[in-house]
Amino acid sequence: MNRVVVTGLGCVTPIGNTVDAFRESLYAGRTGIAPFDLSTMPGALSPDPSIRFKTTAKVKGFEPTQNPEQHLSSGFILTSELGAQFGIIAARQAVAHSGLLQHYDATGIAIVTGCSCGGRAADEDANRNLYLRNARIPPTVIIRTMASSGTSNIAIETGITGPVLNIATACASGTHAIGLAFQMVRSGMAPAAITGGYEAALTYGFLRAWDSMRVVSPTSCRPFSVDRDGMTLGEGAAMMILEPLEAALARGARIYAEIVGFGMSADAHHITQPRAEGAALAMRRALEDTAHAGIVEPASRIGYINAHGTGTPTNDAVEAAAIHQTFGDLASNLPVGATKSLTGHSIGAAGAIEALATVIALDQASLPHTAGVTEIDPTFHLDVLIGEPRPLAADKDLALSNSLAFGGLNAVLAFRRYAI
Amino acid sequence: MDDIQSRIIELVAKSKNLPVSDVRMDSTFEELQIDSLDKINLSFEVEEIFSIEIPDDALNSLKTVGDVVRGVETLRAAAPPNATKS
Repeated sequence: MNRVVVTGLGCVTPIGNTVDAFRESLYAGRTGIAPFDLSTMPGALSPDPSIRFKTTAKVKGFEPTQNPEQHLSSGFILTSELGAQFGIIAARQAVAHSGLLQHYDATGIAIVTGCSCGGRAADEDANRNLYLRNARIPPTVIIRTMASSGTSNIAIETGITGPVLNIATACASGTHAIGLAFQMVRSGMAPAAITGGYEAALTYGFLRAWDSMRVVSPTSCRPFSVDRDGMTLGEGAAMMILEPLEAALARGARIYAEIVGFGMSADAHHITQPRAEGAALAMRRALEDTAHAGIVEPASRIGYINAHGTGTPTNDAVEAAAIHQTFGDLASNLPVGATKSLTGHSIGAAGAIEALATVIALDQASLPHTAGVTEIDPTFHLDVLIGEPRPLAADKDLALSNSLAFGGLNAVLAFRRYAI
Repeated sequence: MDDIQSRIIELVAKSKNLPVSDVRMDSTFEELQIDSLDKINLSFEVEEIFSIEIPDDALNSLKTVGDVVRGVETLRAAAPPNATKS
């Protein structure tokens, strides 16, 4: 089996539209969460229904018709949604960054993405006009609403014909995607992979629907804080290039981290209520996978957990319990952080954005802190990273990135710091 | 240039991100790089603007901008006049 390394990165996020900008915001603790005005959104109905939350984490400065680095053809813009556009730009950055296409035959490369919501804006717009005034539906609606639209367009742009697919497992989509791409490259099924996630679902109807779920923070997402009051919705994309270690070394590629394990599980319990046993099982399986790769006692080498950390009262409590179930006596000294405090929760893209943060943390040997925490919930007995970034402990070289989706679908990636 | 002609030329130019001066009555879809998806989108917009319905066989026979203009003129002449949408 191949050892698999990350050799290219790309992103479009609420805290930066390049990896350099993302990294800078991550360590500065600069949040992308900001107030939004529901009444000015496309499709907004009057009077303003006054929903419970006032903030989202939107991507700023994404201008595919203005900015040459984000250029997309007018034809592509016409037939795609914002999420797919984020995905293709993030993939383009990662591909350019890695030099992938100069070194690999594009025919066999895999593209595995996570996108759960698809093109909701086109769907809502068409349905609003359909039901309000029996309007005809534009022919682009079908292709704009496909969750795999961005995936297909990455293939079209790169000429990649290998296994190409999109995963939709709600909030775990991006993590499942990276995990499957990792397995493909590890097994030799694909010589390399572009993988990650994209999502842009902050539409009027989507925000109203989340409001009804009563899980969105009326203030701002602050995971693991004793006064946390919910999640903040976000959007964005992150992509990475995976290839075998040997091939990366042979071509002199810059290596950001190694992926060493992947664990999946289902709670098999409830469509919204998470269960700690399910999350713990996914973490344990990721550690077992890591051990199978010959890494001895992986649990004792974990120096960072990038938690799912949504900031809802339930998620964070269940995730804390799962960390204790998995790590036992080690749990209370494990540094835990949550990227969603800066980026919000971008559903299908979240796992990919957090995997990117985890790769950066290992590459820089510096653990990003969690923003907005007023006081760590004392009942969790966790070492939550707050205040400022903290160096990765010298005797630790592994990190986990957790995604625990609605519906109890869990995915956990294990990364290792790559030391030359 | 009459209203139908100018509106269709504007529509084609906008859909392909071209200056209006690059779109002529004898411009073919091929030279404007209007593919089958573009053609479907264009037809949808033309139908919306002129309140007409383009039959499938007529759609398949469209090869130039002029074909679209003449087709719209024919369909509008055959149908009771409706106010066009702005």
